[in-house]
Amino acid sequence: MKSVARPVKPKKNRFMLWSIYVLLAVIYIWALSGIPIEGFKETAGQITKAILSGILSPDWGYVYLPEGEDLLRGLLDTLAIAILGTFISAFLCIPFAFWAANNMTKGKIAAGTGKFILSFIRTFPELVMALLFIKVVGPGSFAGVLALGLHSIGMLGKLFSEEVENIDFGPIEALKATGASGLQTLWFAVVPQIIPGFISYTLYRFEINLRSASILGIIGAGGIGTPLIFAMQSRDWSRVGIILLGIIAMVTIVDIISGYLRKKVV
Amino acid sequence: MIEFHRVTKIYPNGVVGLENIDLKIEKGEFVVIVGLSGAGKSTLLRSINRLHEISSGEITIDGKSITKAKGKELRRIRRDIGMIFQNFNLVKRSTVLRNVLSGRVGYHSTLRTVLGWFPKEDVDLAMNALERMNILEKAYTRSDQLSGGQQQRVSIARALAQKAKIILADEPVASLDPLTTKQVMDDLKKINQELGITLVVNLHSVDLARQYATRIIGLKAGQIVFDGSAREATDKRFSEIYGKPFEVGTNEADREFKYESIN
Amino acid sequence: MKRIESLNMNRLTKQEIPKAPTKIKHYLTAALIVLLIGWSAYQTESSFIDFVEGFPNMFDLLVQMYPPSWSYFDDIVPAMLDTFRMAVIGTTMGALLAVPFALLCASNIAASNWIYYPFRFILNLIRTIPELLLAAIFVAIFGLGPLPGIFALAVFSMGIIAKLTYEAMESIDKGPLEAMTAVGANKIQWIVYSVVPQVSPYFVSFVLYTFEINIRAAAILGLVGAGGIGEYYDKTLGFLEYDKVSTIIIFTLMVVLLIDYISTKLREKLL
Repeated sequence: MKSVARPVKPKKNRFMLWSIYVLLAVIYIWALSGIPIEGFKETAGQITKAILSGILSPDWGYVYLPEGEDLLRGLLDTLAIAILGTFISAFLCIPFAFWAANNMTKGKIAAGTGKFILSFIRTFPELVMALLFIKVVGPGSFAGVLALGLHSIGMLGKLFSEEVENIDFGPIEALKATGASGLQTLWFAVVPQIIPGFISYTLYRFEINLRSASILGIIGAGGIGTPLIFAMQSRDWSRVGIILLGIIAMVTIVDIISGYLRKKVV
Repeated sequence: MIEFHRVTKIYPNGVVGLENIDLKIEKGEFVVIVGLSGAGKSTLLRSINRLHEISSGEITIDGKSITKAKGKELRRIRRDIGMIFQNFNLVKRSTVLRNVLSGRVGYHSTLRTVLGWFPKEDVDLAMNALERMNILEKAYTRSDQLSGGQQQRVSIARALAQKAKIILADEPVASLDPLTTKQVMDDLKKINQELGITLVVNLHSVDLARQYATRIIGLKAGQIVFDGSAREATDKRFSEIYGKPFEVGTNEADREFKYESIN
Repeated sequence: MKRIESLNMNRLTKQEIPKAPTKIKHYLTAALIVLLIGWSAYQTESSFIDFVEGFPNMFDLLVQMYPPSWSYFDDIVPAMLDTFRMAVIGTTMGALLAVPFALLCASNIAASNWIYYPFRFILNLIRTIPELLLAAIFVAIFGLGPLPGIFALAVFSMGIIAKLTYEAMESIDKGPLEAMTAVGANKIQWIVYSVVPQVSPYFVSFVLYTFEINIRAAAILGLVGAGGIGEYYDKTLGFLEYDKVSTIIIFTLMVVLLIDYISTKLREKLL
């Protein structure tokens, strides 16, 4: 009945596919076998219940205490750390961004160095930076600010440099043709093109930094993290609950505002 | 086979898509629906397999009401109706064979189909359909590597694999060049004549309709304004109906059609 | 010879000179930003002077951190393997959980608004919690070790992957979806035959991207006792063994860069 020969399923990809499957299987078996599962602590269920009840009946009294050291103060601390850290990094990363951009720096090696430095700062764990800064300026919010600031230079620097690499050279040519100086060209032709991206990325970074700032306190670098870890260690679950709710609320509100602003900028 | 009983469709914004349509399409007919854009061709066609819901009235397929059908019953009815689209609607990343076999999912359990365990008969069926459409050799090729005409043939093969008794075609040739158009329309005509499958096709061009249809239905503003054989569909009749001059070769519908196919 | 009139700029009388848009908005925004920054500096008790005074400390620190203690490398290899393990399992669990979640959040797949709105809301809530915090909570429940770390990474990953995936699902070609409805497929068949093939390369790319993030995260979860190389920071910093701290940092950097490289290459091949 068939006048044309039926094609066969192609076999050439089979080998590659199977070797990938085998590799994955090996990785997973190794990974799973290494986990110590002593059986959950009997208290695991109890503690989960306690945490949940803590979240459902949080310690509202902690929200505002006249002597200070309350939830609001902690959240404001956290917010301040994030704002200052983000601002410092936004400011300082600009020269790095230009340094790392292929189209701004002469020579691929120079741009490559810039990229490498940014990459290094980016991969350096934030919390470790915070730990080190604590050794330098002492524990507290300032260390957190410095850590966030430095780490964000890496993150923002990379995004900005990509933005700079994508600009249109037309306006730059036009400015040069009018006899503008290098700096003037920068101001009139380059800057206007990158400002929307700049603001958008900074806001995005701020959202992330706020989350990071809320846990810096766990290692002593200020913010709401410190009272949180104390509450956890003293098993004060309703306090943990209110702090968690506070963090979630703050981050959500900031996310919404930031999202709105970012839409307006683009 | 397909019956429309006082079918009306009113869109949420008040626009009337279909108005009191009464229609009976018998088994084995090759019906072409023509009309200007927005006349309701697509709505009419898509209400047959309920891709579009109607506001009032009832549509029955072989005596079973698709309007009242729900869940499994609805899917059963749909299974017996094949559909081909202007944009082919194949899964680009999947192979031709998989696309054709996807027409068979209504016949098997979820588990089997999810794992791709189609029985040998299904694969044979799919291969036969591909052979009939002259693209058997492309069975294991990725769909996005085929030309437009080839993709449309795969899509017809899918409908054949469904063992569909009715095939609906929504502007099947609008994205194709004139030569491929003829090939695809010829294929549809062959299926209609050799397999006795009822065909309901939306076309822009009255000329093309006349070449292939046994019956032409003209729609204007949601109402049937013409229902007759290809011979009765003269340019004069259509000028009367559409209020626009219709001339052979340079009529507006043809021009519209040619413009579309160059795209 | 007719005298050519010079361009007389005072002749704009036919139309009114358009008014420049007010700059008040800009000034207010700038003022607001300055205010925020000033307040932040005050609130965090940051001062430039402190920073400058701390400079010699920093220099001191850097000197002590170099050269890194190469012998310490061997001590921390098992912990690094643990870290890798945590990232692998955590990402996988997160990916598996993300699939049904994303399906429920996609407006073109979830059956009604009553489904995808609440699920998106829950997803957003999960995504507000930083991973270290999740880890701390899970440590409180499950005790010390890599297990709470894995759960924390799983939840964290699910948040990231589910969001990226449902956004991808909403932007796929609707044609094949329509075709599967026309063919009479049920919901699951419909998803498997028209949604999955279109979304899967993106999904794998998202999982790899999340894995890159998780490796970094896994390297510090130990700070709250959730396993991995993080707990060694506590020890070494506590004993002021800064050269060992360098070792940990450099080792982490190496692993992260390696994984980043492999992952990026794989992702390029996919899309």
